[in-house]
Amino acid sequence: MSSARTIPRSCSLISANGLSKHFGGKRALGPVSFEIETGETVGFLGLNGAGKTTLLRILAGDLRPSAGSFAVQGVDCIHNPHDLRKLVGFLPDTPPLYTEMSAREYVRFAGLIRGMSKDDVNRRIGEVEEITNTADVANVLLRELSHGYKQRIGVAQAIIHEPALLILDEPTGGLDPAQIVEIRLMIKGLKEKHTVLVSSHILPEIQETCDRLLVLRDGTLIASGTEQELAAQLTSRRIAVTVRPASSENGASAVEQCLRGIDGVHDVTCKGDHGGSFDFLVATTEDLRPDVCSVLVNNGHGVLRLDLADKELENVFLELVHGDGGGSGASS
Amino acid sequence: MCSSSWYTGTEEVAVRAVNVIFRRELAQYSQSLLGYMVGATVLLVDGLLFYTQALGPAAGQRLSGQVLAQFFYSTSGLVAIAAVALSVRLIAEERQSGTLVLLSTSPVKEWEVVLGKFLSAFVFLGGITLASIYMPLLVMVNGKVSIGQVAVGYLGLLLIGAACLAIGVFATAMTRHQLLAVAVGAAVTGAMFLLWPLSQAMQPPLSNVFASLAIHHRHFTGFQSGILHVRDVFYYAAVTYFFLLFATKIMEAKRWE
Repeated sequence: MSSARTIPRSCSLISANGLSKHFGGKRALGPVSFEIETGETVGFLGLNGAGKTTLLRILAGDLRPSAGSFAVQGVDCIHNPHDLRKLVGFLPDTPPLYTEMSAREYVRFAGLIRGMSKDDVNRRIGEVEEITNTADVANVLLRELSHGYKQRIGVAQAIIHEPALLILDEPTGGLDPAQIVEIRLMIKGLKEKHTVLVSSHILPEIQETCDRLLVLRDGTLIASGTEQELAAQLTSRRIAVTVRPASSENGASAVEQCLRGIDGVHDVTCKGDHGGSFDFLVATTEDLRPDVCSVLVNNGHGVLRLDLADKELENVFLELVHGDGGGSGASS
Repeated sequence: MCSSSWYTGTEEVAVRAVNVIFRRELAQYSQSLLGYMVGATVLLVDGLLFYTQALGPAAGQRLSGQVLAQFFYSTSGLVAIAAVALSVRLIAEERQSGTLVLLSTSPVKEWEVVLGKFLSAFVFLGGITLASIYMPLLVMVNGKVSIGQVAVGYLGLLLIGAACLAIGVFATAMTRHQLLAVAVGAAVTGAMFLLWPLSQAMQPPLSNVFASLAIHHRHFTGFQSGILHVRDVFYYAAVTYFFLLFATKIMEAKRWE
């Protein structure tokens, strides 16, 4: 038992080199290469069909890559998949639950099937129920549980054996906002003891829980880094500004004309009319908030709000996955 | 990291994995409608057949040994059908529902999964088969048959049941569709039964080969008459082993594909 332990950082846990996967001649992934350090929480971001699940299934020992190699804790996983499986806890996008079992029976089964002794499972099961907050449903049949509880039990089976690597594929899929927050908090707690890989296309989830992002598009790894590092790579920034025009006549167009006159501004969109004040989204090549503010004020307009657009990560995500400078869906 | 500290990686772990899977599957049978339906159907049909063969007006005047042999003959067919019906859900259902991921990402070997599932179905089928023992006991009480003939007959039923279960496990390992698994299992089992009539229509040496491979008749008539041949025991053990081996190989290919 090592319940009190925290994991050391800064040594490579996963080393992947040229991983690719084809299904019947169609490329689903790769080639991708990356390294993940022990103790990191890494988010795999991408649209549906980008290759996230395929990559995670390979890392979990469920799929054999068509080409390439990878090692987890130095174990050559291509030739020793059995050893890999000892190191991994995996929650697929649909929790693999035997619905005729009670929650505790199921988690116990998951521990035993991973080679734990009965005594070890019995010692550990209380901790897992505490971590996943499932003690109150321990004796309830899984088929009678809500989706949120099922997801938590799915996490419980993945951590019962204290794996070095915890892989969660879309852990908040189908959950309501309150349940999403609970799962997010749980993942934050798991970071203390496990290296965690999370896939999602729900951006706040990745934003709040992950140290680093790997962005996939069409099976290819197109970016890697922290949110700030990826944001720095943006070719355009968005500034959200709420303005009360100097004149009520043609106020919105006067403000828009004014904003378009600023060097570095390449697009201005009016996003809302609040009866006297207007929301604008200003696309710029860099952070031009001081210039935007001074130009508006010098022209007599009232600046009610001025900020970089919210959901910065969404902008990064859309720009990366669409590869078109931000995509059409980005908004403040 | 302590993930590997749980895992001792010994033979004890393999036995434990088989045991864990066996227990879960057996519990699943005891809670499932399929298990009860198969059990009830086998016992009902078996009872009706026994009535017509031993007690009804059509039974006529027959020796107790003949009645018992007829009982084991008809029961063997029912056991074979029950074996295929019980085995189809074992792997196909897990593949269909997505629960196989838990096993395929756990450090268990394919043979451990196959063996654990096979043993659970075998124990359940054995329970159903042995529940019919009141019928041979009635013959014993009212006629002249030895306990040895009954014991050998039941050994034959369990052996043919094991072989048909192994064929079913092989079929269920092939696909995620339970109906397709039933079709494959029934087709292979049916073909194994049909080898005997086919052998009668052929010339040697092919007729001998087919007769030797047939799952019934040559290898079962001894059991139903209370005669134990080692070659027949070996035959059923070999069929069971090979189909479980095929199932394991299919699992290996599909798991890490």
